[in-house]
Amino acid sequence: MSREQILHKVRTALGRTAGQAVADPPPVRLRVSEMDLETRVATLLQNVEALAGKIRRVATGEAARAYVGSVLGGKSAVASNAPFLRECGIADLAGVQSGFTGAPELRALCAIADIGITGADYALADTGTLVMLSSPQEARMISLLPPVHIAVVQQERVLTGLDELLTILPHPAEQTSSMVLITGPSRTADIEQILVRGVHGPREIHVVVVG
Amino acid sequence: MAKRVSIFVTCIVDQLFPKVGLAMADVLERAGYAVDFPEDQTCCGQPAFNTGYRREARKVARHFLKVFRDAEYVVVPSGSCTSMIVHHFGELFQEEPDSLQAAGALAPRVWEFSQFLMEVAHVDDVGARLDDVVTYHDSCHALREFGIQDGPRRLLSHVRGLELREMDAAAECCGFGGTFSVKFPEVSGGMARSKIDSILRTGAKTVVSVDSSCLMQIQGALSRAGLPVRTMHLAEVLASR
Amino acid sequence: MSAAFDEKIHNTLADANLQLAIYAATGRLIDHRKHAVAGAALPDYQELRTHANALKKHTIDNLDHYLEQFEANVAAHGGKVVYCKDGTEVADFVLGLAKERHAELIVKSKSMTTEEIDLNERLAHHQLESVETDLGEYILQLAHQRPYHIVAPALHLTRYDVGDLFARTLGVANETVVEKQALIARTVLRQKFLAADIGITGGNFLVADSGAVVLVENEGNARLTTSAPKIHIAVAGIEKLIPRAQDLAVFLKLLGRSATGQALTVYTSFLSGPRRPDEIDGPEEFYVVLLDNGRTKLLANREHRQSLYCIRCGACLNHCPVYRKIGGHSFPWVYSGPIGAIITPQFLGVNHEPGLPFASSLCGACAEVCPVKIDIPKILLDLRAEVKNSEEREGKGRLERLAFKLWAWVMCHPRIYEMAAKAASGMAPAEDGRWLRRVPAVMDLPPLRAWLSQRDLPPAPGKSFREMWRKR
Repeated sequence: MSREQILHKVRTALGRTAGQAVADPPPVRLRVSEMDLETRVATLLQNVEALAGKIRRVATGEAARAYVGSVLGGKSAVASNAPFLRECGIADLAGVQSGFTGAPELRALCAIADIGITGADYALADTGTLVMLSSPQEARMISLLPPVHIAVVQQERVLTGLDELLTILPHPAEQTSSMVLITGPSRTADIEQILVRGVHGPREIHVVVVG
Repeated sequence: MAKRVSIFVTCIVDQLFPKVGLAMADVLERAGYAVDFPEDQTCCGQPAFNTGYRREARKVARHFLKVFRDAEYVVVPSGSCTSMIVHHFGELFQEEPDSLQAAGALAPRVWEFSQFLMEVAHVDDVGARLDDVVTYHDSCHALREFGIQDGPRRLLSHVRGLELREMDAAAECCGFGGTFSVKFPEVSGGMARSKIDSILRTGAKTVVSVDSSCLMQIQGALSRAGLPVRTMHLAEVLASR
Repeated sequence: MSAAFDEKIHNTLADANLQLAIYAATGRLIDHRKHAVAGAALPDYQELRTHANALKKHTIDNLDHYLEQFEANVAAHGGKVVYCKDGTEVADFVLGLAKERHAELIVKSKSMTTEEIDLNERLAHHQLESVETDLGEYILQLAHQRPYHIVAPALHLTRYDVGDLFARTLGVANETVVEKQALIARTVLRQKFLAADIGITGGNFLVADSGAVVLVENEGNARLTTSAPKIHIAVAGIEKLIPRAQDLAVFLKLLGRSATGQALTVYTSFLSGPRRPDEIDGPEEFYVVLLDNGRTKLLANREHRQSLYCIRCGACLNHCPVYRKIGGHSFPWVYSGPIGAIITPQFLGVNHEPGLPFASSLCGACAEVCPVKIDIPKILLDLRAEVKNSEEREGKGRLERLAFKLWAWVMCHPRIYEMAAKAASGMAPAEDGRWLRRVPAVMDLPPLRAWLSQRDLPPAPGKSFREMWRKR
């Protein structure tokens, strides 16, 4: 269709020919700062809290389960298939359904559930960010449709920031069709610049760091 | 023998604010320079360049290059005119190697007045005295093209009897912009009024800047609003005793 | 400039409430950005800008290479690239696909590129419902209005406007509490997300080495748009390419901070291809529409090609004292502010709105805050010269040209200059701010009338500098 036309116009405009070699691009610029584990976790939680996220640091899987149980308080929840959630016993909590592998049923449940519970592939300390890769363990909808999202993160997964993430994961496309960085609850300031949370995504997020 | 500087007063100072030129010459002499005024000078060509008339701008720029070709230093009481000479002559003469060469050779010798004092004369106290409360307006070209921000404030800080109060919108454009002021008068006027609102909030009696075109715009708006605040070029403040 | 341009400007200036709204909104964004890029918050801000400019320059200068690399990688992950030369081709593609798939409902996330080609209007023509899901854009769609600002599209509307609008178009009670208005939109739009057949987005960045589309947002509507429907179509200009995923470390650090002062927006999605076979949810089909629509024209101008580096942060709009007075709707095209002022003439021709490059005081605030260092003032100056050259060719603007010719001649003849200046000042009584009133013909000159409409003239000094110098 227009492919040849457009590529031809581009080359003509640039004075290049088809298949012409390209000089090296400017070097990749990644600056990973030194931050020990404790500092990373503390910084992460501080930043999540600054974004109106709720935070909890626990030493064990049981403690994580207890916290999630307290947030649940009788409400309904969907949990992802993250092995860590099962290890913590979170998938067994009353009111929690998990183990879905089919999109339609998962979506239907997420649409009515009060809470979505997931793990997180990584967390970024300097921006208070959760990194979620879509996979058989983690569906997209769980951290998106329900109005509350709880992420249970293993402390080793906490990185200093985006630069470190891209250092250890230079080609996210090789792993997943969707990598999402989640920094705080959904928000907008579209009307009179007044901040409102929970427009389409969750209005409340909890980050639980375990370890 | 005393060091020499040539002054390019700019057409607006020559015709509308001559005291600025005299003040600048006074201050330069006090700083130990012999001041020379090449009489054939007229304009840097900015009005034409700004309005899109490059051919006409080129003619005037060529004349400028001729007049100041042998100057050791050219000191200018305006950031925008200095910018025209130092940054835009090169663009004008892309197809004229001789003029391009001349412009390139002259550029390092052309200085905005306050920057000349600070960085060439290495003088930040000229022994001035002015009992007044002033606020300083950062002229856009001076600020953004030459980084002129601390220099004028340092110079003002040494003026005896002077109190400097910062306005919140010091770095916002006054709205002159050359032909912009007459092609989009309402917008230009609105910008001037925003500027004077900021000035009034300081309670200062005088507005100081390094560009007479800004001062003309600001003074025009102050006067139209019937406000008793006056404007002074930095040179005039520094020449005060 | 055109009468239409003048009129829109005048009306905006005359609307006191609108002036306040624009000033407050942009003021807030200015403050947020300032804190986000200040020393301690981002110590290598200037270095990042330099790097971003270099990355964009390299990519744009070799765009064909990166387009092909991107295309191959999209395909490798199960997606498809579609090149479209204009809005008609984009619409044809979407309509064709919709027909094949029996699609009836489209959800859209915010995309200036789709505004540029009026995609919704084109689709509506063919009974295909396309619903905007970004709150600001949804409001505008209901109100049949254009975005007011690249990042804050509904900045000119109040909550009362929104209350009235929702009541009128959605049949709900008139609600003026903003949280409740957002809830109304959330409820309506959620049904749309879950029922939609196709999700259309823009693309903040297209990553060549990954075949990925990066979407940056705060609400979650882009995530829903790209996760709920079975088909995802991303529409992006060819200039959105960056070489590597790792380059996001530079661009993402600059985009959020420059736009809203956020280190990262709430959601940043990195999407490549439809869902993988073992993933649970996500679209089954993934298309990236690469749009030309005149970009190849801009590419051809070596000096102005940098206009294509823009990452649509909106910082130039926020800091522009002219935008802050005339607002987004005074501009003749979908792109407003300084970036709009330089790309509109390049896309639509300098004669589309000849006044546009002149609607600037050249203060340089835009260039100072542009994260990719586009030299906007230089391009404005170049465009001014183009306008005047075009006028000359068409025999327009003779009087002004003659005036400048005469002016230049006088300025090249110092003795004549002195005489002319003396003659002019001779018409003025000393120290009188309204001195030229004596000469009605002079007063009628448009520039003088324009000046005097807003401010006084300086008092006549009596003697010129050179006269005083000679007497010194």
